[in-house]
Amino acid sequence: MNHAVSRALRVVQEGPLALVVDGGRFGVRHLGVTQGGAADWISFYWANWLLGNAADAAALEIVIGGGLTLEAEQDATLALAGADLGARLDDSPLAPGATFRIAAGQRLTFSQPRQGLRAYLAVPGGFDVPEVLGSRSATAREQLGGHLGDGSALRNGNRLEWSGQQAPERRLPFDPAKGITLVGRQLALVPGSQIGHFTGVSLYRAFNAPWRIDDRADRMGVRLRGPELHCRLGSMISEGIPLGAVQVPPDGQPIVLLNDRQTIGGYPRLGALTPLSTACLAQCLPGEEVRLVATSSEQALARHRSCLNELHRNG
Amino acid sequence: MDVLMVRLFDTIDEENMPWLLAADRALREAFGSWLIDLVPSYTTLMLHYDCLCLTHAEALQRIERALEGLEPAGAGLGQRHEIPVWYDPSVGPELVRVAERAGLTIDEIVRRHCDRDYRVFALGFAPGYGFMGLVEEALATPRLNTPRRRVPAGSVAIAERQTAIYPLQSPGGWNILGRTAVPLFEHARRGEPLLLPGDRVRFAAISRDEFERQGGDTTPLESAS
Repeated sequence: MNHAVSRALRVVQEGPLALVVDGGRFGVRHLGVTQGGAADWISFYWANWLLGNAADAAALEIVIGGGLTLEAEQDATLALAGADLGARLDDSPLAPGATFRIAAGQRLTFSQPRQGLRAYLAVPGGFDVPEVLGSRSATAREQLGGHLGDGSALRNGNRLEWSGQQAPERRLPFDPAKGITLVGRQLALVPGSQIGHFTGVSLYRAFNAPWRIDDRADRMGVRLRGPELHCRLGSMISEGIPLGAVQVPPDGQPIVLLNDRQTIGGYPRLGALTPLSTACLAQCLPGEEVRLVATSSEQALARHRSCLNELHRNG
Repeated sequence: MDVLMVRLFDTIDEENMPWLLAADRALREAFGSWLIDLVPSYTTLMLHYDCLCLTHAEALQRIERALEGLEPAGAGLGQRHEIPVWYDPSVGPELVRVAERAGLTIDEIVRRHCDRDYRVFALGFAPGYGFMGLVEEALATPRLNTPRRRVPAGSVAIAERQTAIYPLQSPGGWNILGRTAVPLFEHARRGEPLLLPGDRVRFAAISRDEFERQGGDTTPLESAS
């Protein structure tokens, strides 16, 4: 790393949660290490696309906003995508979906969610943070990754450095407010092998009733509130948990498992949300309503590919 | 969409291990760089593959071929670890609970917990957290009704007939019996866990002095409310 050309943001005021993420930590799940990484991976990819970065360059995932204030130490070009958290550059509103210039001493603040829950702030070339087990993503529970290497979120006084210089000026090739993860509230679920153990009534309800996002929602999982679902299997022998798995504990209220989920678990599952729908869920605020829609693996893959193609077509 | 569950058994059994380890090896070989993650557990292996490179059908075909003519891994599989543990109610408050339930003395619980080799069945819950078993029936104790918010790193615990060591400080609902100073998973180990599936573990009771000499933290743990 060349310190002579590095730039930095300083945390003037920490928010409820802002952490360094990349595409996730892979190839280590068998050691009990979780996936981590950007929960809305699509908005994260687009944030990097804006600056011409590698798709999984380390960026900042800002959850809620809640007063997070960052100050630039040098002039720079940055990019913001994903949720609209009422960002301001000094006193001017800053809409997500484009690159923007920030001058030395200027402050970037995030107030409250106006649309979505997670915003992604990218810097040219990605943040210079050490790789831990093949990823820069912070996972607090595991004390791994992030800007300090120990899984911590941003705290007052922390500095975030990067050394990339060149950055194009770009806007998203679509209306940021209509971003797929900000508007998608029909969540596609690929049924899993235990689905036959749920009662008929439960299955009917699962796919026909609205589900409300519970307050108990974090990077490990999101609880859904709605009709009680019953599975004839009590608990199972623990097995690997894929991203988006919809597990149903004995209280009948599903929990959708996100990026920081435990690696194995023993609650029966309806199946798993597609990665795309998992990203949509990661943008939902408590109290919002979603619906579950059954889909096939083939359909899910086709959607997934078209989503990635759009990114590449514009690359 | 890009995850397949390979199910080999229906029950937890130490006899599964050589087959699971062999399947793990064969699947890794069969998928090569198209493998994103492979997560073995007691009876299954969860396979996450690169769905942009392999179709669902191709993935299934590879699994079938990998498992064809599978031979169980050799008897000498896994490493054997001896883990020194300071068993004491100050750092292992549930020694009392386990002893009361079993109708045995604390010394007898410790002796029995150290009396056999445990097999590491799976890693999960937290980095480097090995689910081991099986402890003898008399020691089997259900999880705490309310999990502790903080269990210190190195805590040695049992739940039902399984035993484990907490590699990092974390929440947890298992019955804590003692503490070890051996690092299970931390930067000092470069992110490599000490225990791997198939390994065998034998606990050995040590004194407080010995534990301190090994760099152990003697800060007491409060009993669960």
